Amino acid sequence: MSAFTVGDVVAERSVHLTRESLVRYAGASGDFNPIHYRDDIAAAVGLPGVLAHGMLTMGIAVGTLAEALGDTGRISEYGVRFTRPVVVDPETGADLHVSAKVGAVDDETARIDLTVTFAETTVLGKAQVRVRLS
Amino acid sequence: MNPELVGRVFPPTPPYLVGREKVREFARAVFADAPQHTDAEAARTLGYADVVAPPTFAMVVQDLALQQLLSDPGSGIELSRLVHAEQRFRYTRPIVAGDELVATMSVTGIRSLGGNAMITSEAEIVDAEGAHVVTTTSVLLAGEAGA
Repeated sequence: MSAFTVGDVVAERSVHLTRESLVRYAGASGDFNPIHYRDDIAAAVGLPGVLAHGMLTMGIAVGTLAEALGDTGRISEYGVRFTRPVVVDPETGADLHVSAKVGAVDDETARIDLTVTFAETTVLGKAQVRVRLS
Repeated sequence: MNPELVGRVFPPTPPYLVGREKVREFARAVFADAPQHTDAEAARTLGYADVVAPPTFAMVVQDLALQQLLSDPGSGIELSRLVHAEQRFRYTRPIVAGDELVATMSVTGIRSLGGNAMITSEAEIVDAEGAHVVTTTSVLLAGEAGA
């Protein structure tokens, strides 16, 4: 059992997204909203470009923790706010960086705070994972 | 937006059978590289019957329930202007390949916000025995027609 100490960064990673990543997530999740793969539609609804699915970013963020937890089944709660879009350029893609820091610990659970940044901006708000300690 | 949607409970979705290859496909798509998501032996070592779905896989099942609301012509929701604002999951246990899951969705809140409506919905996902697996909460921001 890993001991969590408030303030410790327990996991970190960078993930490079491409348009292919978005198409793959669309197929795997069943979310075929065209703003995630069609530039013309993204532009027509006033977006700065084709966006990554919020749920893809959310999934990548929590996946960062898997090794530190040993078993993702220890997660009892996970929540995020989608605060900023992740624009995925057709040629250069997008780089996400995820950092997981222990925010609070009590007798039975730990709260891990995830910070996800894209182009030096935080894209998820209040991204918190509640983990069972036993 | 139809305010009478609040409190509405939709019928349970048809059972969704979680397949091992679907879990692997989803894990790959969300860059979930822990062996428990793809290797059945690794999952068994942790005490699971089969590969374990990554935490956000619950969204795939929730989506089936959410479609009931979004496709309801009486909802007043314009699909092209829908933004996912917030998502939460509360787990009793992780989803495992072989699970047969049923989601029951209810609309728990609607709030107007400068020409938009914030719709909060909750889906309770149970297994074939009726035991709780995960509850999902979604907050969607819907642009109102003509707004």
